[in-house]
Amino acid sequence: MKAGKLKVLAALVVGVAMAGLIFTPSAFAQDTYKIGGIFAVSGGASFLGDPEKKSMQMAVDQINAKGGIDGRMLEAVIYDTKGDPTETVQFANKLINKDNVLAIVGPSTTPTTMPVIPQCVRAQLPLISCAAGNGIVNPIQPYVFKTAQSDIMAVATIYTYMQKQGIKKVALLCVDNGFGTSGAVQLREQAGKFGLTVVSDESYGGKDTDMTAQLTKARKAAPDALVCWGTNPGPAVVAKNAKQLKIEFPLFMSHGVASPKFIDIAGDASEGIMLPTGAVLVADTLPQDHHQKAALDAYINDFKAAYGSGVSGFGGYAYDAIKILEIALKGTNGDKAMLRDNIEKVQGYVGVTGTFNFSPTEHNGLGEDSFLMVRIENGTWKVME
Amino acid sequence: MMQELLQYLFAGITNGAIYAVIALGFSTLYNATDLINFAQGEFVMLGALLLVTLWLQLGLPLPLAFVLVVLAVGLAGILFERLAIRTVRKPDPIVLVIITVGASIFLRGVGMVVWGRDPMAVPPFSELESIEIAGAYLLPQSLWIFGIVMILVVALTLFYKRTLTGKAMSACAINKRAASLLGIGTERMTLMAFALATGLGAVAGIMIAPITMATYDMGSMLGLKGFCAAMLGGLGSLWGALLGGFVLGIAEAMGVGFVSSGLKDAIAFLLLLLILYIRPTGILGVKSSHRF
Repeated sequence: MKAGKLKVLAALVVGVAMAGLIFTPSAFAQDTYKIGGIFAVSGGASFLGDPEKKSMQMAVDQINAKGGIDGRMLEAVIYDTKGDPTETVQFANKLINKDNVLAIVGPSTTPTTMPVIPQCVRAQLPLISCAAGNGIVNPIQPYVFKTAQSDIMAVATIYTYMQKQGIKKVALLCVDNGFGTSGAVQLREQAGKFGLTVVSDESYGGKDTDMTAQLTKARKAAPDALVCWGTNPGPAVVAKNAKQLKIEFPLFMSHGVASPKFIDIAGDASEGIMLPTGAVLVADTLPQDHHQKAALDAYINDFKAAYGSGVSGFGGYAYDAIKILEIALKGTNGDKAMLRDNIEKVQGYVGVTGTFNFSPTEHNGLGEDSFLMVRIENGTWKVME
Repeated sequence: MMQELLQYLFAGITNGAIYAVIALGFSTLYNATDLINFAQGEFVMLGALLLVTLWLQLGLPLPLAFVLVVLAVGLAGILFERLAIRTVRKPDPIVLVIITVGASIFLRGVGMVVWGRDPMAVPPFSELESIEIAGAYLLPQSLWIFGIVMILVVALTLFYKRTLTGKAMSACAINKRAASLLGIGTERMTLMAFALATGLGAVAGIMIAPITMATYDMGSMLGLKGFCAAMLGGLGSLWGALLGGFVLGIAEAMGVGFVSSGLKDAIAFLLLLLILYIRPTGILGVKSSHRF
């Protein structure tokens, strides 16, 4: 009994001592500029987190190869959140309190970004999220920025195209998670502005294996087009089911499936589907005088050289975030408040996702050029006018 | 109206056949061991992913790949029983159930490491156009699943009712000790039941892969729905598994069609609760008083 108590006491003492070690702020951390990264490298959102992690590491290495910023090297501290909000919060805590980073890039998704925002605001630490949700920068929080396009812009891009095509009635089919509901809200809200009526509004589960019932219901409402809002594999099932049901109205998808993987798993059924995407996916077909051409080519070639695999549409969010930090870090000497002020002053940075113009009232910074409409033809993307 | 109703019915049949073929695995194991294997969905996943490897990546002919996948997954089931189930010192049902839950998480992890995180498409077994009946379309793959489920149910019924091994297996479930006293090798029977049930899971995975695609995490939701179907029809009853699967699938599709797609899963589970409330043993379930 006595020995047992002693052991517990000893464990407690060691535990407290170690905790002290961990949480003692290190005074020597300012030798390098430490940048934190929290991405969903594994788990369901790994299609976002994996390229983001690689792109961030690549951008940091490139800056260091050029001699760093003001003579200081950058150091990337990257953790895998597995797409789980709880783990994300823990890693954000670790980055803020233990690693003493200057800024955090990520998280990859909206549900993981939202709980991190109050932490960064409290610590007065700039956060550059790679998630799409509009709620991240609306309302504006002084320390919160993002580099991914909002679903507002994605929806506006699709609806602008529909309006030009004379489409009047639209059916919605959105996945019942954060991505889908956020998209659905925008799709409903903006429809009126483009002269569209939502005639059918359905949802599906992220792991559902058959959507013919929803499509049948949509067809009954006789829409001119259907918009499906989701990430793989759901939209591929929708595409296949639509083909099986011989549905004749055109199918639109979100930028969530803007990756070669979608064409791969949807196969023939992906033919003719239209969706908005960043220019990175169609970089090789852009004319030489396109304003993003040089930035895109550099990113794509470097990524291929570094990792031997093709780029996806998502790694650019983290790449742009580091490039923006590179601009903003100059002359700050590691001062976080100054860094924040400088990010708000970044103007005309032409990145992978688009042209960024930040201001105190604009913390996403992207303009209209961040989305193009593409159509899937013969197993590849074709830019539409 | 008629056309839509028919289309909802067909959608229900497609999903129902998927649930039924998975429910069959639950019922088969329960029949012989009185155990519910919550890793059943993961064996379905192994079946689907192994098919991708053998058929699509190594280019083996489909029938050969089919047989190899079923054998391999059956072997995995035997290993699972030997290493995780038999070694338990106090085999309380609740302990064993929790072990199967643990196994499902383990298998999902293995699936992710071996096959990666991306879903993989599997082409349908026959390149046929969807079949049109009165303006509604039915998938040929649904018919494949339907046919194979029927064959499996008939074959398993014959196995349990007509063969000595089958009868011995049922005897083990009714009373292990009594069966053992009668000279039945109960350990061997348990092992066989595991091989049979996981092999059935592999068949399910192979059949549904062209519709659902193959991913490492496909097993959890499918396993849950298959379990619901088995409960609905009456756990341990083979025809019940079939019926439960179709009732669940059709109820979901009708729910989407006539109520709301957001409530799809809620409707299915409400139905399950309702049936279990009225008939705790499921639609075709044997009354527990038959077992002693």
